[in-house]
Amino acid sequence: MDTSNNQAAAQKEISFQNGGRVYLSLGLKVNKLSGIYIHIPFCKRACHYCDFHFSTNSSQMEAMVSAICKELELRKDFLGSDQIIKTVYFGGGTPSLVPTDLLKKIMEQISAYYETDLEEVTLEANPDDLSDKNLEQWKALGIDRLSIGIQTFDENVLRFYNRAHTGEESLLAIQRAKAAGFGKLSIDLIYGFPAMDHGIFLADLDIALEQDPGHISSYCLTVEPKTVLGNWEMKGKFQSATEDFAAEQFEILMDRLEGAGYIQYEISNFGKPGNFALHNTNYWKSVPYLGIGPSAHSYDGKNRGANIANNARYIKGMENGLSPYNVETLAGADRVNEYILTSLRTIWGLDIDRVSALSGVDFVAGKVKLLEKLYSEKLVLLKDNYLFLTRKGKFLADSIAASLFIE
Amino acid sequence: MNMQRIRNFCIIAHIDHGKSTLADRLLQFTNTVSDREMQDQLLDNMDLERERGITIKSHAIQMKYNYKGEEYVLNLIDTPGHVDFSYEVSRSIAACEGALLIVDASQGIEAQTISNLYLAIGHDLEIIPVLNKIDLPGADPDVVADEVIDLIGCKREDIILASGKEGIGIEDILNAVVERIPAPKGDPEAPLQAMIFDSVFNSFRGVEVIFRIFNGTINKGDRIKFVNTGREYEADEIGILGINQIPQQTMSAGNVGYLISGIKVAKEVKVGDTITHVKNPCAAAIKGFENVKPMVFAGIYPVDTTEFEELRASMEKLQLNDASLVWEPETSAALGFGFRCGFLGMLHMEIIQERLEREFDMTVITTVPSVQFRAIMTNDEVKLINAPSDMPDPTRFKHIEEPFVKATIITAAEYVGPVIQLCMEKRGQIKNQIYLTSDRVELTFHMPLAEIVFDFFDKLKTISRGYASLDYELMGFQQSHMVRLDVMLNGEVVDALSAIVHRDKAYEWGKRLCEKLKELVPRQMFEIAIQAAIGTKIIARETVKALRKNVLAKCYGGDISRKRKLLEKQKKGKKRMRQVGNVEVPQEAFMAVLKLD
Ligand SMILES: Nc1nc2c(ncn2[C@@H]2O[C@H](COP(=O)(O)OP(=O)(O)OP(=O)(O)O)[C@@H](O)[C@H]2O)c(=O)[nH]1
Ligand code: SF4
Ligand SMILES: [Mg+2]
Repeated sequence: MDTSNNQAAAQKEISFQNGGRVYLSLGLKVNKLSGIYIHIPFCKRACHYCDFHFSTNSSQMEAMVSAICKELELRKDFLGSDQIIKTVYFGGGTPSLVPTDLLKKIMEQISAYYETDLEEVTLEANPDDLSDKNLEQWKALGIDRLSIGIQTFDENVLRFYNRAHTGEESLLAIQRAKAAGFGKLSIDLIYGFPAMDHGIFLADLDIALEQDPGHISSYCLTVEPKTVLGNWEMKGKFQSATEDFAAEQFEILMDRLEGAGYIQYEISNFGKPGNFALHNTNYWKSVPYLGIGPSAHSYDGKNRGANIANNARYIKGMENGLSPYNVETLAGADRVNEYILTSLRTIWGLDIDRVSALSGVDFVAGKVKLLEKLYSEKLVLLKDNYLFLTRKGKFLADSIAASLFIE
Repeated sequence: MNMQRIRNFCIIAHIDHGKSTLADRLLQFTNTVSDREMQDQLLDNMDLERERGITIKSHAIQMKYNYKGEEYVLNLIDTPGHVDFSYEVSRSIAACEGALLIVDASQGIEAQTISNLYLAIGHDLEIIPVLNKIDLPGADPDVVADEVIDLIGCKREDIILASGKEGIGIEDILNAVVERIPAPKGDPEAPLQAMIFDSVFNSFRGVEVIFRIFNGTINKGDRIKFVNTGREYEADEIGILGINQIPQQTMSAGNVGYLISGIKVAKEVKVGDTITHVKNPCAAAIKGFENVKPMVFAGIYPVDTTEFEELRASMEKLQLNDASLVWEPETSAALGFGFRCGFLGMLHMEIIQERLEREFDMTVITTVPSVQFRAIMTNDEVKLINAPSDMPDPTRFKHIEEPFVKATIITAAEYVGPVIQLCMEKRGQIKNQIYLTSDRVELTFHMPLAEIVFDFFDKLKTISRGYASLDYELMGFQQSHMVRLDVMLNGEVVDALSAIVHRDKAYEWGKRLCEKLKELVPRQMFEIAIQAAIGTKIIARETVKALRKNVLAKCYGGDISRKRKLLEKQKKGKKRMRQVGNVEVPQEAFMAVLKLD
């Protein structure tokens, strides 16, 4: 990338940052929020790349929902009494597989045990579950945002991923969701699959943009150890994309979506103004949240809890009223580093004063040479004592964050 | 013990001609070891010796041998054959009256056969020539015997035919030791005069001194003194060296043994020193050894910079066991505190590094090896240059001199051409060519030491398909156009990568070094310029491109801690790298130069 391009990119960043800030100051009292995450550990079939916790046998669906309700009751004080629940997020697995009456039970349980003032209730849904009937009932339950697992519209790639739907179905699903009045729609897209050339990815983006969803999340395919892909890779049957290939598609992604008026408010998340995901944003701002269900994580501002990632043992534990999670108390430096890691990825940037305050040492003084180098290499920008990644810096977010970690 | 019944001898040969195997047979034949205790190359008792199948340290052991109804004490010293360890050989020779010169009957006389023989002759040792490995189908005892006769001027019947492997000729050898090697001379009643010719550090017992008594008698409990250091001790334990140590009450002139006197500090013992009594000391010290001359110098640094003092202690202990290791503290901007060490050669350097790692649990970085140059300064002062950082500014010296060696190469006639070509590429000049037999040629070259110590021998072996042996000795300094080549990473000089090279070779060296470093330095957040420079002139450049993408897509809830831990772990891994400016340099990079081919 030559310098003039860099500068242009940097300029763009600044205007985006301002955009983000203006937007923020318009409405959200971000740090007062807290949220509940509910993990639904069932899927129709296993996608070849996925290492989330789920089971393809949903015979335990009812028992699971009872257990989730039990956990909601048991952990009602986890976040402290003064917290108001602003967001609920059904993730998984495939929450759209849960029969509506059971979803309703969960929603009722939340209202019963928590003080709520819900501004966003998200359900992750797969295209094959978006029937008109489901959509109508979800709406009635107060679900106002759908995150649809599209991944790609290309039939070959869908087959390779072992997805349970076609591209055609995906398209119809989006249209039905809009017709049903789901204004807050997000779709997921995967890039960086080596057999999916840039043309296919560009086509995916075109099709997606035509539907004009308010929000798009796009992830680079990563090969995880205990997945089908991971297994293939080990046996030499599959090779992950090269760094350059993935970088090129990341570039395509950012170019296209920015061009279409989306704001990259986090590395993998793009939203039109007014459409940023509240619940997910809380993660990056170190806002406390409660995670319910097997494998769900929680954070109360100091401690991270991880629920057991085993359906049967989770259900059994809940039946006996046992605490289902391990707690890990974060050391001061851990918390600072997690803040560095997540905040740098966002449009809101890293608050240098906050890092200094949290760590008790002058952050800039300790890293001045490195910061100068990052700055002169046009990887970061500094504005009002906030540190931001430039376009170029976004490609190296992990390296940059790690280099800035405190001891 | 009657001195007339003592024989002190060493076994010398070219590398791998079967010294240690023959020693095994001698030990078995004399019942010094039981069959149960026996193992191949028993005297090679260091792990490294066993693994590499070579002898690194001399090893003394005492045998009893019944000859014509009389019991004789035979003190045997097995020596290494590799050229790097010739210092071990010369020390062993100083404790003996005779030597078994072993020649592999399938290989014939090789370069170190000759050099070790000359060492022995220089000390007036009685030489017993032995043709070994006669069991081999390729053995040609008649031709090799001719070579030996030519070399030492002995009679054909003086040569013993043997096979260490098959146990042939063992009794002949033992008999010859008794018959031909003179008994030690010396006066048991005279003031004590014993020479320290080796020492070993034992963690439990402290320093064990290995000595040869030339005059006088030492008793357990005596007050003794080391002449050169002037230090006094009590002889807590003395004894002879069997397969285990065998304590004695008294030992006298002519014998070889060990002494333990509670010495805990490695540096207190100087190999070559003379032991005498505090009361009634000897008039003069025995002529010790010439200080060992290191051939190669390199920096040794702890990988973990906090382990500097530990490294120092380890080197001190190692030095006790290996008198040829010399060192002084050194600092490097890139590597921190370490030592500039002198080694006898590259194998020696490799072994020191390995011993530090195994025996002392140290992990070290070794920097670019260099020979010792001299700068003749404008005021005619001579300045020694052991490290690139010692190189003075070009305006301050008249010229640089580099050490030259006389190299002897013995090879088959058909390889003479390629060998000469190789030597010329290495700036060598042929001085002599002698046909040992119609097929075997001895070539003599004058060559810069710097060209020979690194990969010369490997190359020589390759071009001669293994049919070449090499020996060399220092002959002095000659004026050469040497320059200091620096390596810069993003404009910062990495002192630990500098090297002194001949001007004509600097460009090639710089280019290959940059290429090698490019392979070794991982891509980082920023582009890295690797440059080689002489003074301010850049002569080579490579670029390590910046990382293109390093960002994980997902970062929600539970991912956050997981990811932080992952990144922290990666960062810890990088701690083993050295920071040069903003560039992280892996340890291997500092050794890159060794792997230039
Ligand atoms: N066939 C045969 N092989 C032998 C004989 N003696 C030694 N060897 C082999 O030759 C190799 C070298 O033997 P060593 O006894 O270690 O030789 P060395 O001279 O002590 O070697 P350095 O101490 O390293 O110089 C080993 O593989 C032995 O097994 C012999 O008489 N006959
Ligand atoms: S990607 Fe979604 S649907 Fe596929 S296995 Fe994973 S959680 Fe289930
Ligand atoms: Mg040996």
